[in-house]
Amino acid sequence: MNSKIKKPVARNKIRKTKGDYAFHIVNYTVFAIFTFLCAYPFYYLIINSISANDLSSNGLINLIPKGIHIQNYIEVFKLSGLTTAALVSVSRTVIGTACTVMASAYLGFMFTQQKMWHRKLWYRLLVATMYFNAGLIPMFMTMKVLHLTNSFWVYIIPAIVQPFNIIMVKTFVESIPASLQEAAEIDGAGILTRFFRIVLPTSTPILATIAIWSAVGQWNSFQDTLIYITDQKLYSLQYLLYIYLNQASSIAALVKSSGNISAVANLATQQTPSSIRMTVSVIVVLPILFIYPMFQKYFVKGIMIGSVKG
Amino acid sequence: MTENEGAISSEINKRRKKNVAGKKLFLMILPFLILGFLFSYFPLHGWIYALYDYRAPLKLSQCDFVGFKWFKTLFANATQVQQLIVVMENTFALSFLGIATSFLPVLFAVFLNEIKCKWFKNIVQTLTTLPNFISWTLVYSVAFCLFSTTGMANSVLQQLGWISEPLKFLDSGNHVWLSMILWSTWKGLGWGAIMYLAAIAGIDQEMFEAARVDGAGRFQLIKNITIPSLMPTYFVLLMLSIANILSNGMDQYYVFMNSFNKTSIQVLDLYVYNIGMTGKSLSLATTIGILKSLVSVTLLIIVNFASKKTRGESII
Repeated sequence: MNSKIKKPVARNKIRKTKGDYAFHIVNYTVFAIFTFLCAYPFYYLIINSISANDLSSNGLINLIPKGIHIQNYIEVFKLSGLTTAALVSVSRTVIGTACTVMASAYLGFMFTQQKMWHRKLWYRLLVATMYFNAGLIPMFMTMKVLHLTNSFWVYIIPAIVQPFNIIMVKTFVESIPASLQEAAEIDGAGILTRFFRIVLPTSTPILATIAIWSAVGQWNSFQDTLIYITDQKLYSLQYLLYIYLNQASSIAALVKSSGNISAVANLATQQTPSSIRMTVSVIVVLPILFIYPMFQKYFVKGIMIGSVKG
Repeated sequence: MTENEGAISSEINKRRKKNVAGKKLFLMILPFLILGFLFSYFPLHGWIYALYDYRAPLKLSQCDFVGFKWFKTLFANATQVQQLIVVMENTFALSFLGIATSFLPVLFAVFLNEIKCKWFKNIVQTLTTLPNFISWTLVYSVAFCLFSTTGMANSVLQQLGWISEPLKFLDSGNHVWLSMILWSTWKGLGWGAIMYLAAIAGIDQEMFEAARVDGAGRFQLIKNITIPSLMPTYFVLLMLSIANILSNGMDQYYVFMNSFNKTSIQVLDLYVYNIGMTGKSLSLATTIGILKSLVSVTLLIIVNFASKKTRGESII
C-alpha cells in the first residue's frame, strides 16, 4: 500500500542526472556480479552432477549441462555408507528439531509463570550458559561419562535445551495478552491445558522460526560427528561428504566397487571421483536450496527477534 | 481477636498454597534444568584434567597429579611457546581480518537500499544469503570442485592457455589468511547485511525528504543519515566480535586444513582439537581451553562494561 502512494511522488520529484545513471550502472553491476558469485557454485555442482561424466571430469561443463543422465544419483545411492548417513541426517534433523521446539516452547512458557519458586534465579542460571563454554576436551569427557559418545543420541540430547530459543519464546509469550490465560484459568484450565490449548497455538510464528533454524543447524552440523563419533554407521551426511572430499583412496575404492555393479563400461555414466563428490554435494545441499527460499521470512524473523531481545 | 487471627492464618495458608504451587511449577521444569546444566555447568568438572597427566584409556585416579605443570609448560617450554605464538598469530590475524571486513555488510545494505527495482533486489537478497545456510563442509566441497588442481578454475585457465601447470589454490601455504577471509565473506556477507537492511527500513522517511528538500545529494544522505543510524547495530556486533577474538570456531579451518597450509591455518580452537583429540595431550588441550574460556569471559565482561559506560546499554 505504501509503495502505491509513494511511487508517483518519487517519479516526478528529482530528474535523474548523468551522475545518477553512472551510479546506478555501477551499483547494479556490482550486485549482479556478487549475486552471480554466490549462486554459480551451486549451479555448477548441479549441472555437473547430471552431465556426462567424461565431459564433466575434463572440465567441459561450465555453463550448460550436456549429455544429461541421472545415473550418478542411482549409483551413489547404491554405496552402502550413503544411505545410512542420509538416514542418520534425516532422523537427527526431524527428531532433534521436534525435541528442541517442544522443549523451548514448554520452558519459555514456564518461565513466564511468576509464581514459580526462584524463577529468576533458574532463568538467569540458564541464560548465563550462553556466555561460557567448558571447552572441547571437558565436553568430550562429559559425553563419555554420559555414554553418549558413539551414540545417535549425542546429536539430539545436548541440543534440546537451548537458552536462546527459550528467551525467544519467553519474550513472545509475554507479548500475548495476559487476559487470554487469565480467562482460561478462571474456567479451571490447569497449567498444561493452558500451555497446549492457548500458548502453543498462538506461538506458532516463533516456533516455526525456531524449527527452521534448528533444522538447518542439525542438517549442517559437522563437528559433533567429528568429535564424538567413530562408528561409521552413525556418520552424518556432512561428515561423509568431508571424507569423500579428502580421501582419494576411499573414493577410488568406491568408484571401483560401483564400476563392478554396472557391468557395461559407459564413459558417460561411469563413476569418477569427481562425479561422486559432486553428486553427494548436491544431495547434501538440495534440501537447503528447497527449504531456504520457501521459509526465508522465518530465517529473517529469527535474526530480528534475536537482535532486539536485549 | 479471633477475626484477626483468622485473617492471619488464611494469609499464611494463602502464602503456603502459593509456595506449594511455585514449587510444583519448579518441579515441572526441573528435568529440563538438569538437562540444560548437564551440558553447560557439569562439563566444568573436566577442568580438573588440566591438573593431571591424563592418558586416554586410564582412569583419572590412575594418572599422576602434576599441579600446574601444563600451565608452566605453556609459557616456559621453548618449542611449545614457539608453536603457541604461531597459533596466536593466526588467531589474531583472522579475527582482525574479520573485524576489518565487518564494515562490508553495512556497505552492502546501504547500496542495496539504493536499488529501487524490487525483483532485482529480491533476487540479490535471496541468492546472496543462501551461502550462509550451507555447512563449511559444503563450502569446502564447492572450493574443491572449483579450485582444486583438477577443478573448474584450473581447467578453464588451461583451456585458455593462460597457464600450463595447474595452480595450487587449496594445497599451498600462501595467502591462506586471505583466502579464508574471502570464503567467510562469500558465505556471510549477504546474510550479515540483513540486519542493517531492516534497520534502514526503520529510518523515518521524513528525514530523507527533509534533507532532499535542503538539497542533499545521494551520498550526503548516505553519509549523514543512513550510516549514522546503522552505527548502534554495528557497534554491538563489533563489540561482540572483539569479545570473541579468540574464538574463530574450528569448522572452517578444519575442513580447509591440509599438510601444506597447516601452519598458517591453525587457529586456537583448531589447535586445541588437534593436540587434544588427535595428538599429544588431552591435559594440555584442556589447559589451553581453560585459559581461552577465562580470557573470553573476561573480554565479554570488559566489552559489556565499556558498552554500558559509552552507550548506557549492555550488550549481553
